[in-house]
Amino acid sequence: MISQLIMYLQYPFVVYALIVGVLISICASLLGVTLVLKRFSFIGDGLSHVAFGAMAIASVFQLTNQMALSLPITAFSAVLLLRGGQNSRIRGDAALAMISVGALAFGYLIMNVFSTSTNLSGDVCTTLFGSTSILTLTSSDVVLCAVLSAAVIVLFVLMYHKIFAVTFDEDFARASGVRTDLYNLIIAVACAVVIVVAMNLVGALLISALVVFPALSAMRLFHSFKAVTICSAVISAFCALAGIVISILAGTPVGSTIVAIDAVVFGICYVYGRIREGK
Amino acid sequence: MALLTVKDLAVGYETGPVAEHIDFELNTGDFLCVVGENGSGKTTLMKTLLRLVDPLGGEILMGDGLRRNEIGYLPQQTAVQKDFPASVREVVMSGCEAGTGWRPFYNRDDRKTAERNMARMGISRFAGRCYRELSGGQQQRVLLARALCATERMLLLDEPVSGLDPRATQEMYDLIRGLNESGVTIIMISHDIEAAINYASHVLHVGKQIFFGTRDEYVRSRQGMEFLGQGVQISAQGIGTVGRGDAE
Repeated sequence: MISQLIMYLQYPFVVYALIVGVLISICASLLGVTLVLKRFSFIGDGLSHVAFGAMAIASVFQLTNQMALSLPITAFSAVLLLRGGQNSRIRGDAALAMISVGALAFGYLIMNVFSTSTNLSGDVCTTLFGSTSILTLTSSDVVLCAVLSAAVIVLFVLMYHKIFAVTFDEDFARASGVRTDLYNLIIAVACAVVIVVAMNLVGALLISALVVFPALSAMRLFHSFKAVTICSAVISAFCALAGIVISILAGTPVGSTIVAIDAVVFGICYVYGRIREGK
Repeated sequence: MALLTVKDLAVGYETGPVAEHIDFELNTGDFLCVVGENGSGKTTLMKTLLRLVDPLGGEILMGDGLRRNEIGYLPQQTAVQKDFPASVREVVMSGCEAGTGWRPFYNRDDRKTAERNMARMGISRFAGRCYRELSGGQQQRVLLARALCATERMLLLDEPVSGLDPRATQEMYDLIRGLNESGVTIIMISHDIEAAINYASHVLHVGKQIFFGTRDEYVRSRQGMEFLGQGVQISAQGIGTVGRGDAE
């Protein structure tokens, strides 16, 4: 099996997939810690549906670079949703559900009515579940994904303390003069970037898993924000790596394999946390 | 000029004012207790003073070079914080955040400030512990240390003893009194009217009728008597405390 793996690693597209997959997963897990703690776990899900709708429009217009359209639309929705969530919980919650399913329905409708593709259900399935698209990335896609993910990671490290302050107690941070609106905006845009980029990896429906699982797993094991953040990034990178390798060797779909491993790791962390508490 | 002057302030939300015609003036070292029924606008007033909510009318003036972000805040605990993975040191350090501006990391001064305030609140030995595993009283002290990292000039305390047992309540009041004696101006919202009378130098009663005055004036006022219920008994206790305070 090892020799088989080494053989596969000779192909540049496999190496690309591994690099991009790990980078995207780290981004998603870093933002995930904040989103889970702010009670915004479902934002990732809603935004990915918006991104799906935008992708559908882009593919109907036969844009070569679909990200050019889906990224601004998703970023715009992220800002709207995160802002709505601040003012009133119910409104943000309902708005999220509405935008989420609405975008999904319109996206599929548009694809169905206007698409010129011969393999429509295959296209839809690819966008929703990622299927093998991670292995078909061109080198320019890889560069774009890598640059965007690296930008998100650097931004997160530079803003780490600000993000902690805004997540732990937004009112206090704002009262003491931290520019919470600015940081919320940056978090929203970063979410949108991660989600659009992550669609290549796991597809629209499974993105939430990349966002919530590593953060929740890490929270079972550690009790400080720093440890949780680092652990979450490590778990996420490990799951992405393992998932891609297994999917190549076993021929399983990439996205769902990664998510399945994330879920298993969460299960292990949960049980371990329970046992430790019981002692 | 007074440290904080509030003139004909109206507070509330888009739906309309919750409390109106609030006037008061605070000098450095004062201890103001804000009392009133539930829903009378105490917390809204506090959020307005912190500029988390815009005032609907009137003015908030700051003197003595007090800047807007030099008001520390001890908020009521939120649901998010109950299961938040954070160490005590991380929470206290976050009070220094506003002072860092665009600098992404804390420097040595920030760390010193945090250590000093943890020592002051008697929580240094918990520094590495998880915030959510502490008792209610300990958590409040962590948040107080955080507020002190943000400013040493003025603190707004929103129900600092709610949910604490009698012993923790007493300890909390002692800490607050100690801070006040070291020159920190305090504004405290409290349901605990007796404590208000015992510790405050001034009282602001928010409701249909606004009252502002010194503690003794409040105890003697009609509003104070009504709100205190057994007015005579507590006022005697209150005046007793004054006597002791004067003697010191």
